[in-house]
Parts: sequence; structure tokens; C-alpha cells
Amino acid sequence: MIAIIQYNAGNIRSVQNALRRLGCESIVTDVPEEIRGADKVIFPGVGEAGTAMQYLRDRGLDEVICSLRQPVLGICLGLQLMCTHSEEGDTSCLGIFDAAVRRFPPGEKVPHIGWNNFSHIGGRLLSGIPAEADCYYVHSYYAERCNDTSAVCDYILPFSAGLEKDNFFALQFHPEKSAATGEKILQNFLAL
Amino acid sequence: MLKKRIIPCLDIRDGRTVKGVNFVNIRDAGDAVELAKRYALEGADELVFLDITATVENRKTLLTLVEKVAAEINIPFTVGGGINSVADVSALIQAGADKISINSAAVKNPALIRELAGEFGSQCVVLAIDARLESDGWKVYVHGGRTPTPLYALDWAAEAERLGAGEILLTSMNHDGAKTGFALDITQAVAQQLSIPVIASGGAGRKEDFKIVFEKTEASAALAAGIFHFGEISIQEVKQYLRSQNIPVR
Repeated sequence: MIAIIQYNAGNIRSVQNALRRLGCESIVTDVPEEIRGADKVIFPGVGEAGTAMQYLRDRGLDEVICSLRQPVLGICLGLQLMCTHSEEGDTSCLGIFDAAVRRFPPGEKVPHIGWNNFSHIGGRLLSGIPAEADCYYVHSYYAERCNDTSAVCDYILPFSAGLEKDNFFALQFHPEKSAATGEKILQNFLAL
Repeated sequence: MLKKRIIPCLDIRDGRTVKGVNFVNIRDAGDAVELAKRYALEGADELVFLDITATVENRKTLLTLVEKVAAEINIPFTVGGGINSVADVSALIQAGADKISINSAAVKNPALIRELAGEFGSQCVVLAIDARLESDGWKVYVHGGRTPTPLYALDWAAEAERLGAGEILLTSMNHDGAKTGFALDITQAVAQQLSIPVIASGGAGRKEDFKIVFEKTEASAALAAGIFHFGEISIQEVKQYLRSQNIPVR
């Protein structure tokens, strides 16, 4: 069973819908035992970093997420919350990936909204995805590049489109909204 | 590289897609979910659903339609029409909408933009502006283009950005349905002044119109309805053409 972590960030339903289209049932839950007992965990989210972290801390979910040993996939805000710190609301995050989250400097339109490609650096999740494949992004903050970076997207500056460390995986773009390419990536995750 | 987006817009009335010319003379264009699925398969980058009767008849956008669309399609979509409150938006997001667009309610109560951005994030809040060129400039209309306001489109767009809107969907009422190309001057004026993305809307008739709007303005996306619904031109055709003209598309 796949557990999708329920918290005060939108877009959770679309992850469940995407998994269902791939023939995979999931539960949306904020119950620590259900999350710990799942085969795989997805940590989605669109929203504001500070309020989201507060929600997780209030329920002890911050410690639950960090202690997970099964494959975990953070998406968008989920990726950012898995980093060390976010400039959004000056928020201390989970610190799974050794990267800071910053606001895009001026230069192009912000939020970065739309379809963009990435260069794959390493890791398992994005293997087999061609470099010209586009995925859907919508964000105003980005994770810096670090040793855990598995893919880089270039918009205003190069940033981490993907992060990977041990059992933790994260994507800045939305695979659940990225048409056939996104479905392939979700299938890669389900096959881990 | 970030791609220019092509966004079919589905005007919804009673769960059906409809399309008018200059906001009137509405024609039926089919089942909304089927059309949405077709567009997603054809390579649409996003979809916009506007419940065109919601504001006028004080009706809420059909949540069941949103749920069906969210279950079926694998690209992002925006829902607008009749949204007045945080509760309205919350229901739409819960039903599976990625973004919402607000128009008349934001003109009436600009603080709603800030409230929604604070609650759901700016990326979720699209401000739709229906603009019409008058003797003293581009003015904002509300209630589906029926009611004039004293606002200038450029000022209102800038104010919306300041309040936390994440995108502007700018429709020229003069061009809507006329198939003579997008309103380049006001689109560029807004896109140039604002730092958030602008979606050009109203007037697409030929594939060349998309090239022109992306070459002559800094619009991030272009929206069209009628030409796609009635099969006059396909999304693939538009994208193939743009690619051949070195405009980056997915």
C-alpha cells in the first residue's frame, strides 16, 4: 500500500488520482502508524513552507518522515520541506537533503510556471527519462544544487529538479501533472 | 528551457462546453470531460474551465465536473467562475483543481486575492481580467463582460500582482471570438510591467496568431477556445508550427 501524507497543502488528491490511473490504490493519511506501515510513502504538496512545517511538527510527522526506511517521494513543496531550510517564512525544514531553499532572484517571470526539461545527473528515479522530456513546474522557491542532486533544471539559475539520497527521493516538478513523462516517473517510483 | 504554453479554455454551462462570440451567441461544443481528455492527449499544456453562468446566476462551479476531470486528465487545470470566498476555493482544490481563477469577486473585494494567496499560495491564484478597449484606454469589465468598471486593465493587473496573484489571464473582449489575432498592445503592456506570468486570451484564429503573440509580447501562454473545440485547428498543428518557427513548446 502507498501512503500519501495528509497535511495542510493542496494537490494531494491529484497524486491519488494519478496513482489510480496507473492502477495503484493509495491511502491519504496523517496517522503515523499508517505512514510507517506503508510500502512506499509520497509526501506531496503545494503551499507555504512555514505553515506546512508547523502542521507537520504539531502532529509529530516531521520525526515520522525522517525515520522512514521505505522509499519516500517528496513532490514540489514536499521536496523543499525535505531540505535544510527555506527562505519562505524563514523555516527550518526536515534536513534530509543538504540543500537550502531560496526564492528565485529577479530575471524571469516568477512563479516558474509551466513545462521545462531537466538534465539527469544520477540516481534511480529518473533513469530512462530523455533529456528533452518536459515536466510541469509551479514554484517560486527552489532547492540549491547539492551532493544529493539527481537532476538539474535551469530557470533563472540551475537548481535541483530532483534529489535522491538512500530511500529518499524528491522532485520539484509535479509528476502527477506531467502527462506521459510524469506517469513514467511515477511508475519508476512504484517499481523501486 | 521553459516552454510557451498552449491552453484550451472550456467555457462551461451545465456541464457542457459552450462558446460564444464577443461573449454572446453561445454555441454548444460538447461534453466537457470528453473534450478535456481529448485536449490532454493532443498535447495541451494546461486546461482552463470557466463556469460562464456561475457569476451571473450566483451559482457555484460544478464540483462534480471538477472531480471527474481531476480523475481523468494528467495535466494541470484551472477552474473559474463564481468564486467568491476561501471556502469556494477550498472546495475546488479538494475536488482536484490545481489553480482557480477569480474575476468579478476580486474587483469587488481586492483583499480576496491576498486572502487566497495566503491560504493556498500565489501559484494557485489566477486573476482573470476581461478588458475592453475604450476611448480612454483598456478598461476592466466584470460579470462575464456585462458590467463596465472604472478600472484600467494595466493598473488592476499590477494591483493584483501586489496582492499576491500568481498569474494573469488577460482576455481582450474586443478580440474574443473574432479570430483576428490576440490584442498585442495590452498583452505586452501587462506582461512587460508585471513579473508574474501573463496568459494572452481572445482572438486566436490561425496558428500564426500564436507565433505573433509569443514574438511580439512576453506572454507566457496563449489561451484559445473556439478554434480548438470546433476542430478548425488542432493543438498539435499549432505546436508543430511554433516549433518550426523556433518558439519553444512542449
